[in-house]
Amino acid sequence: MSSAHTKTEHGHADHNYLNHGSGIWSWMTTLDHKRIGLMYFATVATLFLIGGFFALGIRLHLAKFGAEPLLDPDTYNKFMTFHGAIMVFMVIIPGIPAFLGNFVLPIQLGAKDVAFPRLNLASYYIFIAGALIAASSMIFNQVDTGWTFYTPYSTAKTSNGVILLVLGAFTMGFSSILTGLNFIVTTHKLRAPGMTMDRIPLMIWALYSTSIIQILATPILAITLLLIGAEKTLGVGIFDPDLGGDPVLFQHFFWFYSHPAVYIMILPAMGVISELITAFSKKTIFGYRAIAYSSVAIAAVSFLVWGHHMFVSGQSTLAGIVFSIITMFVGVPTAIKLFNWISTMYRGTVTFEAPMLFALGFMFLFTIGGLTGVFLASTGMDVHFHDTYFVVAHFHYVMVGGTLMALMGGIYYWFPKMFGRMTSDLGGRISWVLIFTGFNVTFFPQFVLGAMGMPRRYFDYLPEYTNLNQISTVGSWLIGLGFLVGLITIIHGIFKGEKASDNPWGAKTLEWQTSSPPPHENFTTTPTVTAGPYDFR
Amino acid sequence: MTSVSSSSEFQHQHHFKSAEHQYASSKQGIWLFLCTEILMFGGLFVGYLIYHSLYPTVFKNGSETLDWKMGAVNTVVLLVSSFTMAAAINYVQRGLHKIAAIMLALTIACAGAFMVIKYFEYSHKFHVGTVPGKFSLVDPSCGAGGKRAECESKISALLKNPAELEKNHVSAEEVSRLKAVISQPKWEMFYGFYFVMTGLHGVHVVAGAFLIFWIFIKTLRRKVGPEYYTPVEGVGLFWHVVDLVWIYLFPLLYLVG
Repeated sequence: MSSAHTKTEHGHADHNYLNHGSGIWSWMTTLDHKRIGLMYFATVATLFLIGGFFALGIRLHLAKFGAEPLLDPDTYNKFMTFHGAIMVFMVIIPGIPAFLGNFVLPIQLGAKDVAFPRLNLASYYIFIAGALIAASSMIFNQVDTGWTFYTPYSTAKTSNGVILLVLGAFTMGFSSILTGLNFIVTTHKLRAPGMTMDRIPLMIWALYSTSIIQILATPILAITLLLIGAEKTLGVGIFDPDLGGDPVLFQHFFWFYSHPAVYIMILPAMGVISELITAFSKKTIFGYRAIAYSSVAIAAVSFLVWGHHMFVSGQSTLAGIVFSIITMFVGVPTAIKLFNWISTMYRGTVTFEAPMLFALGFMFLFTIGGLTGVFLASTGMDVHFHDTYFVVAHFHYVMVGGTLMALMGGIYYWFPKMFGRMTSDLGGRISWVLIFTGFNVTFFPQFVLGAMGMPRRYFDYLPEYTNLNQISTVGSWLIGLGFLVGLITIIHGIFKGEKASDNPWGAKTLEWQTSSPPPHENFTTTPTVTAGPYDFR
Repeated sequence: MTSVSSSSEFQHQHHFKSAEHQYASSKQGIWLFLCTEILMFGGLFVGYLIYHSLYPTVFKNGSETLDWKMGAVNTVVLLVSSFTMAAAINYVQRGLHKIAAIMLALTIACAGAFMVIKYFEYSHKFHVGTVPGKFSLVDPSCGAGGKRAECESKISALLKNPAELEKNHVSAEEVSRLKAVISQPKWEMFYGFYFVMTGLHGVHVVAGAFLIFWIFIKTLRRKVGPEYYTPVEGVGLFWHVVDLVWIYLFPLLYLVG
């Protein structure tokens, strides 16, 4: 163990976590949460490009520009499956917690590292192993079930590639559990002196609530995926109606995980937004406690709403009504957050640097996503909208418009801390304009398509839907271009960006009180906290 | 990051305030992990309860074909192993490395005994055909078209063959139980649950045995002792949970029916 007493002569620590050890090996064996966070960044970004490739393929096919369809039906189904599985299991779920969370959480708490650094590295490699197992299904036996693996198709009809994809998802779930566990213990045990639970930044409250969901929900996914494997190899019959099993039980199990998983994706995003809004309004956040507890409330309610995915699966009317009402409860803590953010901006000194634009983009898109969620939570309307493009548009507004906007905002915000350099603000703004515009051009027409009755997941459609589909496809190119500009901005920032000061945004949370980039042990002396996290005025 | 050099000069990790702080954190982490283990088995228990209420006769008949004596012996084996594990933790905490190592070895031996008994149970089931869906048919390709009812099962093939019955030590009483099982439609369901639940538990027993072996080596090398025994206690807690799951599985599968 090295004593990391670094000299800070020029305002910048000459010795920081980036040059603490050199060579590839020092990164691959690192126990430093900041480096592990960056390794997740590189991995998730790569996977995002692969998932994005499939997305553009799907959209290009659906535009029907040529006389011949671009993909044959079988390939189309596989594109759709890999797009969904990669984006959900490998990009959006680990995106913010494993990458930004890993980087930021210990510093914001004033800790030197997460509670279990070795476990942290292990969960990174478990994630890689899971991603490789899942990706191997692309080579050996492509899967065409969609990312939800609905039975009996996945167990009785399709190829054995499902086993690989399911095993990969199982492995990544294990990684997710270990990361969540690590965060919970770190939050409980490693807070700096004076950092009481009502002084921890809202990002931490969000990550903490997320971790609770990860721990409580992922095991159910694990057993469900194992059962698919068992069903396929042994024919155990738990989901096979031929043997007395019930495919709908699979849906119950699957959504008991996967609905809370939606909040694994969105809660950390809300945490990022809370940080951005207060930092770029230069104002103490309005309703700290309300935002903090609403995270926990969302986590709690998330477990009681899975049945809204199954309104048309033949569940009882009573169950439908109960799930409908509970689902709408989620709107309450969500609206609490939104109103508090708006109140924070009110009479604040709001500036519109790239991260803030992404935060505002989040609020706009997530509101549309959330409100259309109320449509889908109403049993009567859901019967009409069920399995149409309306649903596709809704969850893309929530997951992409929400999580990816926050992820981009978070990257631009914490970038100076990560690399000690600034990204080009102009580049950030251009990427925002492209992503935001492209996103609305892509997905807003899909609400209309869904209301008109175009079913989701289909290879082909009626001629009436052609124009809107073509608009949607053009939008998808704008999104692609926007992320490309974002990637260039980030790479340019890493190598050529101008030097960042320790606190370029004038934010108040602890990570901005240490040097940029931080030393190996985050702080040269352990900070003592005497006030709340957003002490602006 | 060296966590331990030897038990007498234990150095806590750099990001903790003290050894106690590190111990408390580790313990919280282990408990959280055990929660996820219990929840994972919870999914199976929920499924079991649902199908048990849907097909009570299938589960009753199926349960009667299980050998409750072997299950009971295995329960005792695991209870003994939990005792030796608890004793091992106690001896490590008191610095009695030799007897602690003996206790850990006994625990591993119990895990082995459990798996050997399980092997005899499983292999008998393979012989008589009380196996999960796909393998319960004489011709596995037969049920592919969704007409399983017209396929002949391994059990009914066996029941027609007195020589095979004798070779596999199937008593007259068991014959009547097997007949009762296949008198019900969807009888394979019970064995699906039986093999998934005991199989997943068996995997945990094997994993637990490896973990115990790991701390057995640590104990022999005196890497753990009165100042530092977190891994021993952590593995011990895991082992108790594995034991606990069996305590629920045994009555549910073998006795309730």
